[in-house]
Amino acid sequence: MDSDEDMETFEVDSGNESSSDDIGFNIEDQNQNPKDRQNDIEEFVFNVLSTEEIVQHMIDCIKEVNIIVEIPATTTRILLNHFKWDKEKLMERYYDGDQEQLFAEARVINPLASRSSQQPSTSSSMSSKAKVSRRCPPNSEECEICFTLIPSNLMTGLECNHRFCTQCWCEYLTTKIMAEGMGQTIACAAHGCNILVDDATVMRLVRDPKVRLKYQHLITNSFVECNRLLRWCPSPDCNNAVKVQHVEAHPVTCKCGHRFCFACGENWHDPVRCSLLKRWIKKCDDDSETSNWIAANTKECPKCNVTIEKDGGCNHMVCKNQSCKTEFCWVCLGSWEPHGSSWYSCNRFNEEEAKEARGAQERSRAALQRYLFYCNRYMNHMQSLKFENKLYASVKEKMEEMQHHCMSWIEVQFLKKAVDILCQCRQTLMYTYVFAYYLRKNNQSTIFEDNQRDLEAATEKLSEYLERDITNENLANIKQQVQDKYRYCDLRRKKLLEHVHEGYEKESWEYMD
Amino acid sequence: MAATRRLQKELKEMQECGLKSFRDVHTDENNILSWTGLIVPDNPPYNKGAFKIEINFPAEYPFKPPKINFKTKIYHPNIDEKGQVCLPIISAENWKPATKTDQVIQALIALVNDPEPEHPLRADLADEFLKERKKFMKNAEDYTKKHSEKRPSD
Repeated sequence: MDSDEDMETFEVDSGNESSSDDIGFNIEDQNQNPKDRQNDIEEFVFNVLSTEEIVQHMIDCIKEVNIIVEIPATTTRILLNHFKWDKEKLMERYYDGDQEQLFAEARVINPLASRSSQQPSTSSSMSSKAKVSRRCPPNSEECEICFTLIPSNLMTGLECNHRFCTQCWCEYLTTKIMAEGMGQTIACAAHGCNILVDDATVMRLVRDPKVRLKYQHLITNSFVECNRLLRWCPSPDCNNAVKVQHVEAHPVTCKCGHRFCFACGENWHDPVRCSLLKRWIKKCDDDSETSNWIAANTKECPKCNVTIEKDGGCNHMVCKNQSCKTEFCWVCLGSWEPHGSSWYSCNRFNEEEAKEARGAQERSRAALQRYLFYCNRYMNHMQSLKFENKLYASVKEKMEEMQHHCMSWIEVQFLKKAVDILCQCRQTLMYTYVFAYYLRKNNQSTIFEDNQRDLEAATEKLSEYLERDITNENLANIKQQVQDKYRYCDLRRKKLLEHVHEGYEKESWEYMD
Repeated sequence: MAATRRLQKELKEMQECGLKSFRDVHTDENNILSWTGLIVPDNPPYNKGAFKIEINFPAEYPFKPPKINFKTKIYHPNIDEKGQVCLPIISAENWKPATKTDQVIQALIALVNDPEPEHPLRADLADEFLKERKKFMKNAEDYTKKHSEKRPSD
């Protein structure tokens, strides 16, 4: 198969329903976004990719490797996927390690070996099973799936030479794609064969546009999810992904305007770190009825933290997250490997543990009060933030009103700036309560709480100023007050963040378990 | 229908080859998708009896795997009280359409004969199997005598 040409076809139906009409966007445009005004001092380079650009990026990755290794693009794709699209790692293994083993691990036939060992004419009459072809009339074979005699030219297979009729192939692939959501990891249909079906073969055998589209979604998705340097924009209905140079908990802004943390995908949450925020969100969610169910029926993958429901079978779990696939024990959440034949010890009803669990429950009742204190404040700021749009609208009205009171357009811009800062302060404050909830008391935590209190008081004042009525007499006065206040708020916010970051560096923060 | 055609052939082959450890393969006159058969294990403690199973094929067969259920109670780490069995080759993610029912049955017989305590459905039995083999063997044998089907005479 001509790989280049297949790539071309793939590019055309890229699996994205929405055509990209935002070609004109560029980095500068993003800075005009009000949410992006937080000028971060350090540089963190990132690009926003549309689905088309993701597919192009995927093709580029494959090409880049292909220039060097010179194997079919379809094979390269499988190898790259095996290494989670880490080109360096692939190259290293390709040239330094055992290539046979590498291909076996990645579940492809070695293209170099098969080329030399195969007969020069790999025509369609070639069958792996001489016995079968002898029994069948000339130029036909029995398909081992539908048990029907099929003309040889309608039989096909992968490099492993397990041949089935095209109709069965199509049915098989369609089931895997549509019913099981498998993309990159569909194996040959033969019993016991684990060779993977490459994308060009899937596209050749599956004609239904719905299935093809889903398949392209699946492999684009696995490309983004496996790739450490890519993350989907978590905003609903947004099909963009953000690409970074190195992984770091850092705010990124999508073309859709959504601003989030690259490392965890949540809203940008400075000063609290991703892991604590994750714990906090889970805790908050756990308060609802549904989350009782989640607590009772799900656990998290011990490696990638994806939430898993056990829907039957034994305790040997394999995480379905494409980029994880950790094997672990459902009972103890430990790695599966050491379990072997002694897994049962983790299933024992340990008296000590049971006592501890009961004690923990009692402690949690007392802890509930404390939790509610932080949660209320967190929710409060979140609620206020949700009214952000309303506030911008009401401030716009005020700005127009002021222009009637003989102020120029430029002179009233301070109000918008004030709302920007107010929102930033609320967002920071919101996450300080998450941080504070897990913080163990020490000297630094006291300073932090003072900072938090100052910022909160100032933020509330600023919010109050913005809601005041504007009259001719107090106009100049108000402007002065608002400007002073937002400058102060901004300063306090930066100081608070600096102090927390300094604490991270000096490791002065201690956490509750 | 693809399923019917293939199952008719598979059933015929199965009945012709006359496996000693899997017999009495029957299917509902009106429904080829449902089979019953009798597992006759060779290894102790299960070699004192026979076990009825039911195989249910989905309409999408062979693109979706069959389901197996034990109709006879069995004291086995990999088969639960409801008769469900954890057999990797018929799990959705491992299933291959080219896998034949006789290969599935072979795998099932192997599992019955040699329990796999590292993939248990019944943790208590797996525990007993590994730590107190003698006790396990006795329990399983008693259970087999009490609950299982009669073994065919030949």
